[in-house]
This record gives sequence, C-alpha cells and structure tokens, in this order.
Amino acid sequence: MKPFRIIYLAIVFLYLYIPLAVMVANSFNVNKYGMRWDGFTLQWFSAMLQNHSLMEATRNSLLVAISSATVATVLGGLGATCIYLYRFRGRKVMQVTLLTIMMIPDIILAIGLLVLFVITGVSLGFWSLLLAHVTFCLPFVTVTVLARLQGFDPNLIDAAKDLGASESQTTRHIVIPLLKPALLASWLLSFTLSLDDVIVSSFVTGPSFDVLPLKLFSMVKVGVKPEVNALSTLFVGISVVLILICHYLTKENKR
Amino acid sequence: MKPSSRITIITLLGFWLTIFGGLPLLLLLVTSFLGQHPEKFFELNFSLESYRQLLDSSYLDILLRSIKQAVITTLLCLVISYPFVWLTARMNKRNRNIVLILVMIPFWTNSLIRTYAVRIIIGTNGLLNKMLLGLGLIDSPLRLMYSETAVVIGLIYLMLPFMILPLYANLEKFDYRLVEAARDLGAGNTQIFLRIALPLTLPGIIGGSIMVFVPTMGLFYVASLLGGGKNLLVGNLIHQNFLVSQNWPLGAAMSTALILMLLSMLLAYTFILRKMKSREVAG
Repeated sequence: MKPFRIIYLAIVFLYLYIPLAVMVANSFNVNKYGMRWDGFTLQWFSAMLQNHSLMEATRNSLLVAISSATVATVLGGLGATCIYLYRFRGRKVMQVTLLTIMMIPDIILAIGLLVLFVITGVSLGFWSLLLAHVTFCLPFVTVTVLARLQGFDPNLIDAAKDLGASESQTTRHIVIPLLKPALLASWLLSFTLSLDDVIVSSFVTGPSFDVLPLKLFSMVKVGVKPEVNALSTLFVGISVVLILICHYLTKENKR
Repeated sequence: MKPSSRITIITLLGFWLTIFGGLPLLLLLVTSFLGQHPEKFFELNFSLESYRQLLDSSYLDILLRSIKQAVITTLLCLVISYPFVWLTARMNKRNRNIVLILVMIPFWTNSLIRTYAVRIIIGTNGLLNKMLLGLGLIDSPLRLMYSETAVVIGLIYLMLPFMILPLYANLEKFDYRLVEAARDLGAGNTQIFLRIALPLTLPGIIGGSIMVFVPTMGLFYVASLLGGGKNLLVGNLIHQNFLVSQNWPLGAAMSTALILMLLSMLLAYTFILRKMKSREVAG
C-alpha cells in the first residue's frame, strides 16, 4: 500500500480515537482538569464508586438494559421465527412497522411514547423505560434473526418433519440451536443500544428513576468531572469486550 | 411450533408493535392538530395554529439551519468515508476485519460520553489548540466551542461509522476487475470514478447518507453540549417544547414536518434504486 494511503487511514483513526484516548488517559490523571499529565492515580475510580447518585443511575441503567435486551430478544427472536416460517394476516404490516421504528429518528418515537404514557397514565420510570427500550430494540433483533434464518437450509426443517419430528420438536431441536449465535448477538446489540440511548430515555423517564445518560448529561453540562472520565473508561472497556464477543459470534455465523 | 404458541407469539408481537410502534406515531399526528394551552399540555379542539407557527421566521430559521448542518455533516462524512472504505475493501481479509472492529468500537461506546470527549479535545485549553499552538500554526487558541463548527465536528464524530458501515457493505461486493478493465481500455481516473465506481456504489452512498442524515437532526444533546444555547437543531426545539415549555402541539407539528421531510427522502431513494434495477435488467 502506498504511504499516502496509510496516512489517510491513520488520520481517520486518529479522529475516531484521540478523544477516547484522552478521556481514558485523564481518568488516570492526577490533574483534575486534564490540562497536563501529573502522574498516575486511581482516585477518580474510587471517587466514582463513592458518588452514590452516579452509582444508582448506573445500576438503574444496567437493570433497564438487561431486562429490555432480554424481553426484546425473546419476543423478537420468536416473532422473527414466525415471520420466517409462516404466512399469516398482517405479516407484511408487521414488517413495515418494524422497519418504520428502525428508520424514524429516535426523538420521534420518544415523544410519541411520552404522549402515549401520559395519556394512558403509565407512570414515568422503570416500566415506561422498559417498554420504550424494548420497542426500539425489537427491529434490530428481528433483522439479525431473520438474516440468520434466511442463511440456513430450509431443507433441514423439511428433513426433520419427514423423519417424524413434531412442530415443537423441530423448533426445539433444529431452529433454536441454529439461531443461538444470532440470538446472542441480538441480546448484546440490544443491551448496547439500551445502555447507549440518550434521546428516548430523556423523554420517558421520571424524576424518581435517574438513568445514566441523564445523570451524565447534567454532570457534564457544568464542566469536566474526573469521575465521569473514570466511568466512561470503564464503559469503553466493556464495549471493547462486547464487540469482540459479537464479532466472534457473527464469524461463527458465516461458517 | 405448536399452533397455539404460534398464535400467541404473533398476537403478542402484533399488539406490541401496534401499541408501542404505530399508536405513538398516530397520537403525535393527532396532537399536532390540537389547540395550544398555556398551562396544560394541549387543548382538545382542532386547530392549525401549530402549523401556522411553524412558518414563523424564527422556527423556520432553526429548521433551515438544522437541515444545513445535517447536510454538511452528511457530505463531510461521505467525503471522509468513501476513500477510507475504498482502501479498506482492497485489503486482505484479516486487515479488513481489524479495520472494521476499530470502526465499530467507538460506535458501541455511549454517544454522550463521546460527545463529552470531543469537548475535551476542542475546548479552548484542549489538546487540539495545544497542538496547533505548539506547532506554531496559530498564535492564539481557536474558539471552536459553542459554534456551528463545534456542533458539526461532534456530529461527524458520532455519525462516521453510520456512513462507513453501509458504504463498506456495498463496496465489498464491488468487482475491482471492472476498474482494471476500464484502465486497460484507456479510461482515466476521473472517468473510472464517474462512470464506473460512482454509479455502482450509489446505493451504498445513498443508504449511508440516509443513515447519517436521519438521526442527525434529532441529536439535541450534541447541540447543547457543543453548540451552547445558540446553535440549535430541530431536536432541541422538539425537546424544549415537550420537556420545558410543555407546548405539545407545536412540538408534535415540528416532528410531523420532520417525518414528512424524511419520508420524501426515503421515497426518492427507493425510486432511484428501482430505476437502477430496471436499467440493469434492460441492459
């Protein structure tokens, strides 16, 4: 490769990584404002652990992310299997609705759900967040699972039936094992989408249930907070681990 | 699956999508036609007041500026990504995978955290200014923060992977032998780009552009963290009308306008795709 091409790739990567790198470095920096390197410290990590409201928001966010990823994967996974296997009334409408949810900006879905929750009297907190997050995760789950289903041999299902397997046996012994990597990838994707979400969460949560994006938003607005750097570093680390797992899973997919 | 469980699943998913997917959008449309009330969220009568207000110069101004920023962001993302993806697609499989993982790591990191990270870099005392001062390229620190430029830098930073990934999916399938054939037949670089690369990668270009353009207008937190109070996006207006001034009909009308605009773009995209397909069949 010509050197100028390598330089070009390097510049793009620098743009993507310098901000993250500086943030990670500052989370270990003695200097509170990160203006210069004053030595290595873990004090911001302990400050982060002692910040009770920050920790509570993190716990709440993780709780919402884990539950909505689980509900979305189960409902979306089973739903996608039905969409793939059967022809039923409203199948097309279902697919169009899923595509619409995926394509509209988050803010539109967020205010639509806010109007719905206020009118029907659903209190804004854990449950409203769960319902909203499952909704925006569902299309990503069905797309992932459908892609996997379309990739495998439909003869496998016919063969199982020919050999006398019942409908539920086919599902349990053929379809679900084949779907395992796609389901895991969907869960991880949903988990990340939920944890990453700022827009929908700002609209559908209430004052009694503080979540991470809102907490971070209010902390960051007033200036640099080293414990935010520490928490962010932790999250970048988690992202790296998750993406490597996901990459491994999709690689298995193609085999 | 047993017929009974099959019906249960389909019904459940159908209900979910109707109530939490379709109904909110319908409610939004209805709300945009309701009357405004200073103390309540809305008043229950039919009114076109909110749409009339949308045409008000100050709102129209923000809407147009928001579109301008989204267009600039999309174009710059495209200009940065296209050569990047072109080079990546030529690599061997191992390096390609490494590049893709490196592109996706920031994409999987909380976007609020990343916006904050951008703020650390471009602030008056940030790394960027220090580097430029150190290199002697500037005499006094650049005041990038709280400007339109800062918002665009932040938006590009967040949206770049959304351009790279669809472009890559498209360019991966591109047959490089076409370029070699064209070169053998005496085509120059410009000609190769305009007559071979561009038409064949157009679906990826448009797909990536939509992926960047659509969410960009709603990213209110980027505008408030990097643009201060002055450089607003449509998302900020909607956010303000729903959570601060509680003027739901006006906020809903803005959202409806946004959806209509995006919808017409999507229709144009499918139209272009269909036209290209029919040309392929004919040719």
